[in-house]
Order: sequence, then structure tokens, then C-alpha cells
Amino acid sequence: MPTVGVKRDLLFKALGRSYTDEEFDELCFQFGLELDEITSEKELISKEQNDSKAAGASDVILYKIDVPANRYDLLCLEGLVRGLQVFKNKLEAPRYVRVSPVSGQPQKLIITKETAAVRPYAVAAVLRDITFTQERYDSFIELQEKLHQNICRKRSIVAIGTHDLDTTSGPFTYTAKPPSEICFQPLNQTKEFTATELMSLYRTDSHLKHYLHIIEDKPVYPVIYDSNGIVLSMPPIINGDHTKISLKTKNVFIECTATDLTKAKVVLDTLVTMFSQYCSQPFTVEEAEVVYPDGKTCLYPELPYRKEKLSGEFVNRKIGINESTETVAQLLTRMCLLSKLTGVGDQIEVEIPPTRSDIIHACDIVEDAAIAYGFNNITRTTPRSYTVATQFPLNKLTELLRQDVAAAGFTEVLTFALCSKEDVGDKLGKKISETGAAHISNPKTAEFQVARTTLLPGLLKTIAANKKMPLPLKLFEISDVVLKDKSKDVGARNSRRFCAVYYNKSPGFEVIHGLMDRTMQLLGVKPLRGEGYHIQAAEDSIFFPGRCAEIFVDGKSVGRLGVLHPNVVTRFELTMPCSALEMDIEPFLGQSAEALLTLDIPMQGVFKNKYLTQEGVRPDQRAPLTSTKTVFGDLSSPAGLAALDSYLSDKSYVEGFMATQADTAMFDALPSAPCPTLCHLSRWYNHIRSFQTERTHLPTVKKELVLPLTDEDHDDDDIDLFGSDDEAENEEAERIKKQRLAEYEAKKSKKPALVAKSSILLDVKPWDDETDMAELEERVRSVSMEGLLWGRSKLVPVGYGIRKLQIGCVVEDDKVGTDLLEEAITAFDQYVQSVDVAAFNKI
Amino acid sequence: MADTGVVEALLLGLEKAEDGVDSLELSSSLGVEHQVVVGAVKSLQSVGEVISAEQRSSKHWQLTEEGVEISELGSHEARVFECIPVEGLLQSELMKLPFGKIGFTKAMSNKWIRVDKTSEGGPLIFRSVQTIVDQVREKLLNVLNGKDAELEEKEKSELKKRRLLSEVTVKSYWITKGSSFSTTITKQETELTPEMIVSGNWKDNKFKPYNFEAMGVPLDCGHLHPLMKVRTQFRQIFLEMGFTEMPTNNFIESSFWNFDSLFQPQQHPARDQHDTFFLSDPALTLDFPQDYLQRVKKVHTEGGFGSQGYKYEWKVEEAQKNILRTHTTAVSARMLYKLAQQKFTPVKYFSIDRVFRNETLDATHLAEFHQIEGVVADYDLTLGDLMGVLHQFFTKLGITKLRFKPAYNPYTEPSMEVFSYHEGLEKWVEVGNSGVFRPEMLLPMGLPEDVSVIAWGLSLERPTMIKYGINNIRELVGHKVNLQMVYDGPISSDGRGLPLFTA
Repeated sequence: MPTVGVKRDLLFKALGRSYTDEEFDELCFQFGLELDEITSEKELISKEQNDSKAAGASDVILYKIDVPANRYDLLCLEGLVRGLQVFKNKLEAPRYVRVSPVSGQPQKLIITKETAAVRPYAVAAVLRDITFTQERYDSFIELQEKLHQNICRKRSIVAIGTHDLDTTSGPFTYTAKPPSEICFQPLNQTKEFTATELMSLYRTDSHLKHYLHIIEDKPVYPVIYDSNGIVLSMPPIINGDHTKISLKTKNVFIECTATDLTKAKVVLDTLVTMFSQYCSQPFTVEEAEVVYPDGKTCLYPELPYRKEKLSGEFVNRKIGINESTETVAQLLTRMCLLSKLTGVGDQIEVEIPPTRSDIIHACDIVEDAAIAYGFNNITRTTPRSYTVATQFPLNKLTELLRQDVAAAGFTEVLTFALCSKEDVGDKLGKKISETGAAHISNPKTAEFQVARTTLLPGLLKTIAANKKMPLPLKLFEISDVVLKDKSKDVGARNSRRFCAVYYNKSPGFEVIHGLMDRTMQLLGVKPLRGEGYHIQAAEDSIFFPGRCAEIFVDGKSVGRLGVLHPNVVTRFELTMPCSALEMDIEPFLGQSAEALLTLDIPMQGVFKNKYLTQEGVRPDQRAPLTSTKTVFGDLSSPAGLAALDSYLSDKSYVEGFMATQADTAMFDALPSAPCPTLCHLSRWYNHIRSFQTERTHLPTVKKELVLPLTDEDHDDDDIDLFGSDDEAENEEAERIKKQRLAEYEAKKSKKPALVAKSSILLDVKPWDDETDMAELEERVRSVSMEGLLWGRSKLVPVGYGIRKLQIGCVVEDDKVGTDLLEEAITAFDQYVQSVDVAAFNKI
Repeated sequence: MADTGVVEALLLGLEKAEDGVDSLELSSSLGVEHQVVVGAVKSLQSVGEVISAEQRSSKHWQLTEEGVEISELGSHEARVFECIPVEGLLQSELMKLPFGKIGFTKAMSNKWIRVDKTSEGGPLIFRSVQTIVDQVREKLLNVLNGKDAELEEKEKSELKKRRLLSEVTVKSYWITKGSSFSTTITKQETELTPEMIVSGNWKDNKFKPYNFEAMGVPLDCGHLHPLMKVRTQFRQIFLEMGFTEMPTNNFIESSFWNFDSLFQPQQHPARDQHDTFFLSDPALTLDFPQDYLQRVKKVHTEGGFGSQGYKYEWKVEEAQKNILRTHTTAVSARMLYKLAQQKFTPVKYFSIDRVFRNETLDATHLAEFHQIEGVVADYDLTLGDLMGVLHQFFTKLGITKLRFKPAYNPYTEPSMEVFSYHEGLEKWVEVGNSGVFRPEMLLPMGLPEDVSVIAWGLSLERPTMIKYGINNIRELVGHKVNLQMVYDGPISSDGRGLPLFTA
């Protein structure tokens, strides 16, 4: 946030009254400024250097005011005063006018094509008959500096040059030349230098050295000449001495050279709107003509006034207030946005002046209205939306586990996610290339070279920093490491780890082993080879040979534990034996019935925004629609995929013992290739994909596993990766249009129509083993309601020869409830003993 | 227990005494060290009201080493006088004696001797009186014989000045009979034992009283990290308010999701090498939803969605650069984009996780810190709704005095800084940042036009540092943590709310 320093007394004089510090602070707060510091030049120097240097400095009180980064119009005393006076209704915002010179011939700045290689844009203007005083002059220079530091991005995007027009004569030429060919007397120097010499001269200049890199490596440097070949400036480094401005300067020629034309215009507009105040005709700016290499000409400054129309109701609704349209217009006018009613309904026409380049959307206008109304006068209300909170399962598990590991006597630490290559490589006896670490390209110190791939170094460093603590030290951390992973869009993923160390005079492997056993107990895993956990000897450079074991859960490795290798202990500047455990905890996440948020982004978007349909996607890009809804739930949801995965865990095909149309239908219902962690589904998917060429020849089956599309499904715009049909598409487009119209109507009435659906799996239990299950199923299927669709069923043995009927269905939530279903089914009381909901998934 | 013999002797002595006995006297009469008697007193005191002992201190005068020498051999001046023969003694000879110098001065001032400076061979010393009385020695002998009372205070201090006498303080006990005095004492039990419970002995036993002034034994226990405890509290608050937790386990993010999707222009200073960690491996993200990417490009370059845009040349290369996320809002952007791909339903999201800044480090800034973020998306949310949600959120933290300052943020408009009144500092301090996400961010995602998204964020470290009174962040976060602080830290909540900022 830029800070502007202004002399307090000058400020109060310009504001026409004085304030106490508290009053002014309050005014700033309301306006979105911050009175950061009250100081003096003397105080500043004595703080930065020393008291002796400050002896002669002025003790005039300075206000240091923080200004929002996008308000270039508030970067000088003139702008601050103008903004505050208009805000306080003491001044009407001035109108900035571009005028032609009295002579009729505007100053010309001709851009040659050579500039394209280094800094292609330039704009210019003239402040005619200006009167400087010392304060005005200082403010003028200071504003240029502030603009250079902020919007100009340290002169890299825009550089400003101001010149005494009476010392020079146009037309001016903006060109670019090899540095050796540029030779002039730069500002405040007594002799001429070539550009090459200047670059070495300024290498040690505390101020200018920061800008050299902008053009240093370019073959040509930008330079502006007048009609006599005198150098005005070599942007973005330095101006020429010949045209320098002084207190006596009456006519100022301003040029801005840039790599971004929009910003150059904003900078020029800001400078001239702020200081045209001191021209003999206040707020008028004389135009200059810029001639582009292609012969096109433009007049600058643009001083654009833009008009926007919005409704008073819109402003009220966005802020949460209820003011008349007139009041809203007055509020905006107080923010230098001259507003009037158009007379059409509650429409307001807002004029955005050239000083307010930050206003780019209606929301910016709304904010100004809110500021003028006073943020703290707005009534605090509460959104009424009903939402159910869900924890991120991995964090939930982490929270639970942390508590219990601490209860087991270990102390939690919190170490950095970034570390040196050495920490995760050499010190652990590993090659950095083999760690899979993500590397940082611009670390300021070795501490931030890579993202950690293991938690262990952080824990060991914590011990090293706490050697004075009584032994034993028992520490743990549950946090993320980062590993490269090509399957992720960014090429890396986090992995949640649990790491613990025991540091004492004896290695204490049994303690760490005990902690591992306890952890498994907490995670509900039994000590059992195969369907449980076990450890077995392993080798790892981190651990002492013969003192390292790998932890297996359900046959898969999840981590290691052991006694640290003495080399590792020594490299972390430790002296005692130490045992450690590090394992992944993600494999212990259970399945959740809730719809969960994930980071994965669908690579093809689906949308229904009004803007998007207008300007977004062409109809031929629209994919045809296939349902993802199946009896297993919605295959575009993790729950649906998980259900299908578990269904396929003991089956090769969806139906029977050979590939059928049931498989291809299910295949098509998958929105994308399943994630490899769903191993059964992946196996089946790859297998069915091999049938793609002969898919039409596969035998058909009767069972309907993939549910047909309903109207609401279409609305979801699900994506099929295969095939297209033009005719269907036109119909589809027509239908979508209608749908959108209907939706738009619905929105207008502010009642979004939401059709929520659920997939339910019911367990229907008979009275005994003599109940005719076929008859029972027929009865159940005979239940019909609006919004109910029966799916697949099977008979599941429950013991003593009794089998229950497991049957799936899809319901529209607000038409069919589970209790309604249960009631209807239990009505067949001669067959049905009870009905239970075995699974309920929101689609 | 102290020497039982002494304890018994003490009790017997006390029984015979009319009022009481002095421990010092007792020690000399028993012929034992005074400390042994003191030990007996202490052990008797610990068994109840058998005796009562009152500490006394008495002062008496004692000769110093030099004083002892003088009491035996006479004062220096007297010895000088004694050694001068009638025919006189050369001053140089006198000065060779160990007592010569001091004795000479004193004897001269007493006018016992005189010096003849005119004699040949150097000054000669003669007696000037016939006899002398060595008062110093007499006084010292008095003190030595315990008759120091005969000396005047002035004389004593004179001798003290000459380092011949010193005053010593002797501490002793004046022992009297206690309320349950008896010459035989039953041994008190220290602890209840299983045997006593079984045998019932406990009914007859006397138990040593506990010292309730002492601290208990430090426990061998595990501890949670203070910052993580505060994280748990914040998490709890969000859950209480019905916010769903976002998956933020992705430290590495593309510039696209971290900046571009939030309508943060590519030349923004936050995207500088100086502020953000860029990655060299994996350096780029190439997978983006292409149609969305095009809309983001468009809104930056030329505007649309009701916006003028930033009007600069947007480069996909810039968006592809991988970074360590600078805020968790990158995840919010992903979640909102995904939300826009479904039929819209209102959501409330939150996250608390690490973010990374390549900043200059100091006592309050590290390269990584935790960001707390809350997001609400619903139809027609107002600025007043944002203030209301913030009010509820901060009330749960024990902060009720809130006010809002207009601010600037590239991806929110309106934007507000949240200030709370700090009772301790007696001023308003900034506690967070908030705003309404810009339409230029939301509409390209595909969210309906009348949906507003309000959001706020704060750091986890700052309130925790205030809460635990930590001035240097390195003592809280990272391996240089002070484990003692972790061991000793209180639980965050004290049942009276969580006065994070006000404590």
C-alpha cells in the first residue's frame, strides 16, 4: 500500500480547517485511508540515521497516509485534498478539459519503429502557463516518484519525463538507438556521457541503479530528441539536463514512455489532472499529438469521461441498504462520480472521470456508494442460507489422531514445510533426485530450496534446538509433505504424514514400536499379516542397519520405523540414540456417505451463466448428453464411483460372465477414466475399453443399470466423451434455450427451482425362508409414485436360509421420501417383515 | 528423623524447665553441635503440636584474629612502647617490626613516645612517659571474658573500626511445650498403605500432615502445539457456523488458480519473484479447463461480464507457472469453479492451512504461515451480510467491538479491513481482511449472475502470538520452537470464550 507524506499545516490550509490528529484519523478511516504515522522530517532522519544528521532538518509535522493501491488520484496533496473536499461536500469535482494550443499547432511526438524492440508506447501532454511554488514543485516531483513506484512498477511499465517546454522545440522524436550512439548531458551532470558510460556511472547510484536492468540487455535504448537533436530523456533511466524543469518553468512538456499503453494513459491523465490546477486556466490541459510508426496519430491526454448506467435498487441490494435513488446519486457524487437520475425508473447515470481509472465494473461504483454511506452505518444482517457443515475427512482424521498421540505422551511440534535440499537429501543419506522433491526456483536462502518430502528432518532440527530440555524427548507431527506426482494438474501433491521421534540415552525402539501399535489400534487395524498390519525388516539409509522395519497394512507399505543411523543423528547435530516412525495416514481414510469436496478440476466446464451462453461456447462445442446416473448412484460423484468399484470387486462384468451391452452402457456413464485408487473399477474400465471396436456386437441384456436422462439431468449438462449427432444437437440446443428461458424466469422470481435427487438402496426382509421372494419383489416393484424409479435388485442371504431383497431406486427428494417408500412397501405385510434404508446417496 | 537421643534429651529438658529452653544453651549443655539440636526441633515440629519453637536471634561481640593476638600480646602501640629502650631506638629499626608502623602512629597519638629528628644516623625514638596502661588489651580481654557489657557502645564501635572486634548474630530457638506435649512421641506415618487398609491400622495411626504450599510432581505427559490448539478452536467455530471444510492439501498451485482466476493482473506486485516462491520442478501446469481459461484471458485482456477489464496482454505462460500458493483463496477459486459446474446451491466454506510468501523475514513474519479463510456463496448477499457474518464469527472469538474500513484488494470489491477494539492497547487494531468477490472472478467461472460470494481471511499466527504473549514468531512456529513454552501453554479456551485478541 503506497504511503503519501504531506505537511500537516499545508493539508489543513487546503482543506480549509484544522483537525485534531484523532479527528483526521477518523476522517481517513471513513474514506478508506489510514493515517499511518505522524512525524517530521527531523524525526524521520534521526530514526533512519542518527540525531546529529537530523539537527538541521525541518520539524514541520508530516502526516504519512496510506492510500489504497489502486487510487493513483490520491497519491499527492492536491488529489487527497480534492477527494476529501468533494467527500465532505465542500467542493464540486472539477471537470478536466483538453484544449488545443492557442497557436493551433499541438506539440508533436513522433514514434519511430525502432522503439518496438524495447519500449513501444509513448503519450504526451503540455501543462501551459503553470505557476510553481516550492511546495507545488516538490509535490509534482513526489507524485512522479509515487507513480513510478506503483502503477509504473518501478518504471518498468511506464516512465515519466517532464521538461521545460521553453528550452526546447518540437516536433520531438521518440526512437531507440544502440547505447554507444546515444550521447548527452544527463540531469544534474556537467558533461556529456554516452549511454554505455551512463549505465556504468549509475551502477553505484543508490536511486537509479534499480532501473538499469530494464533496458540494460537490450540492443537499443529508448531516447527522445527535440527538433534540434537535443536529448530530452533516455527513458526509463534519466532525463537530459538541458530541458530540466525548475520553479520558474511556466510550460511543462510531459512524456510517458511505456510497455503498456493503458497504464501510460492512466499515468499521464493522473499527472495532468492533479497539476493542471495550477495552470492559468485551471484544469485545462493542452493536447499533444503522438504519431505512430504506421502514420496513425492520436491526441493525448485522453481525459476520458465514461458513463455507466445502473439502478438505485441494484446499489441498495448489493450493499444491503434502502436509500432513495436521489440519495444514492448524491452518495456517488460525493465520491467524485457525478451522478444524476435519467428519469427512467430508478436508473442512475454515473460519470466516471479520468481520475478514477480504478472504476472498471459496477461493483466498484457500489463500493463507492457504500463508502459515502459509511461502512459502519450499514445494518449487519445474516445470510439465511441453510447449509450443513462437513469436515474434510483427512483433517478430521488428523485432528482425532493428534489428540490421541498427545495422550500417548508425545508432544506435538510444528515445523516448516520448506527446507534445504540437504535436509531431505544428504543428511538422510539420500540423493535429492530420488526424493521426488519439488524444487523452488527463487529461494532467498538455503532454508527454502525444496518442499519437504519427509517430516523427520523438521523433528530432528526441533530436538537440536531444544537440547537443554530434560530427556527423553518424545515429539510428533502430523502434517503434509509434498511429492511430485504427474497425475495431478500441477505435477505434485501433498501427502499427509505422521512422524514421531524418541530421543534418549537409549534408542527406545520399543517405545516407537509401541506408539505404532497404539496408532494402529486407534485406526482400528489389527496386528495380522494380510488383512491387518505387520512390520518386517527393511533397509533404509535413514536407519541403523538391522534396526529398520517397514510397516504394511493390508499388504501395502505405509511407512517405516527404526533406530536412526548414527550418521543421520550426527548430521543433525545430535548426540543421543534416537528412534523414529514415519507413515502415511491417507490410506486409513474411511468411505464417507457425504458428498465431499476435492481439489480435482473437471477439465471441461459446464455452466449456465447468462453471459456465458451469450459469448461463451458455440453450439458445436457442446457435447451430447449421457446420463451418469446409475443404480450405483451418480458416477460423476465419488460416492457413485466407490459403489460401482465395490460392486465390481468380485465380478469381471457388470452382468453375467461375459462383456455385454450392460458393460458398455455403464462404461459410457462414466464421465472420465476412473482414478487408479479404485482398483476394481479401473481394472474393469481398462478391460471394457478394449471392446470399443466391437462394442455394437456385444450381446444385449434386459437389466437397466444406467438410468435414463430426465429433464433435470439435461440441465446439468453432463459430458459424454464419445460421439455426436447433429440432429439431436439442434433439438438439444432448442430445448436448452427453452430451458434457460424458463430458468431465467424462475430466477427473476427469485425462486431457484432445484430438483434434488437421491439414490436409495433398500433392504426388504421377509418373514421367513418360505416367503416367495419373487412374489415379494414383484409387489415391491409394483409401488409406483411420481419421481420414483426402481433399479437393480438382488437377493442377499441373511442366515438360516432366509434371504433379503436388496433393491435400488432413484427418487426426487421433494416428491418421494424414504418414509413414504417404507410405508408403501411394509403395506405388503404378508410378505414384508421390515424395510431398511441400506444406503442413501444424494445425486 | 534427627538423632533420637537428642530428641529425647530435648523433651526431657523441656519437661523439667519451667517455661522453656534455648536451643543454644541446650546444645552446650548436651555437648552437641547447635545444628543437631535445630534438626531435632524441626523434626518435632513436623509431628504436630508437641513443642512450639520461636526463632530468636541474639547478637554478641567476638574478637577477630587480630583482636585475639592483641589480647594475648598487647596492643601494637603498647608493644612499640615496650620495645623502646631508654637510650632510644632508630625509627628505621622500629619500622622493621611487624607491629611497628601501626603501633608507632597510635603510640605517637597517645603521646607515649617522641621522635628526635635531629639525631645523627636518622630519627631516633624515645619513651615520653614512664608507664602506660594498655586499655585496648584490657577492653578486648573484657570482651573475651564475656563482660562486653562493661564496654561502652562507642568503644565497641571504635574497636570494630580497628577490626579487632566483630559483631555476630546467633540464631537459636526458644522452645516451649506444645499443646500436645509429651515426652514420648509416636512415629507419624507418611502415607496410607495397602496393609493399613487391610489391617485397619489406619484408625490408630497418626499421619504426617501434607505441605499444601508445595507444588505437585511435574507429570510426564504429551502436549499439543499451541498454534494447532488455536487452529482447532477456529475450526470448531466454523463448524458451529455450518461451514464446510475445503480440501487445502495442495501447497503447490498454478499461478492460474492462485492469481489469474481471482482476476489478479499478471503485473501485480504480489506475482513478483520477491513475493512469491516459484517452482523449477514441477515448473508448469498445463492442464486447465480450456474454455474457462479463455474466459479468464478475455476478462483480463478486454473485459466483459460488465467489466472494462485490465486491458493488457494476458499471457498463458504466466498462468502456467507453478508456485507455492500465496493464499488459500486459490483453493476457494477451485471450489467456486466446481460449484459453478453444478446446479447452484448456497454454500459456506472454510479452510485453515499453510500459505507461503517469499518475503523478508522478521520477528513477526515467516516464509510460511497459516491463513484462516471463510467463504459464503448465495443469491443476493449484501455487504451488510458480510458484516453480519463477521460479527458472528468474531463474537465467537470474544470480540464484539468491530468496525470496518474501506480497503483495496484485487479480487474483492467492496473490500473491508476489519478492526477490533483492543482493550489492552486501548486502540483499534486490524484483525482481518474481507470483501465481496468481484464479478470478473465469479462470472467467468459460470456462477449465476445474482450469486454473490463474500469472504474473509486472517492469519492464525497473529492471534496466537497475542494470546500466548509471544513476540518472536520463531519461538512459536518451526524447529526453533521453545518446547518449554509448548509444555507450559494453557489450553486455548477458558470457558469464558476465547479472548484471543483481548487477552
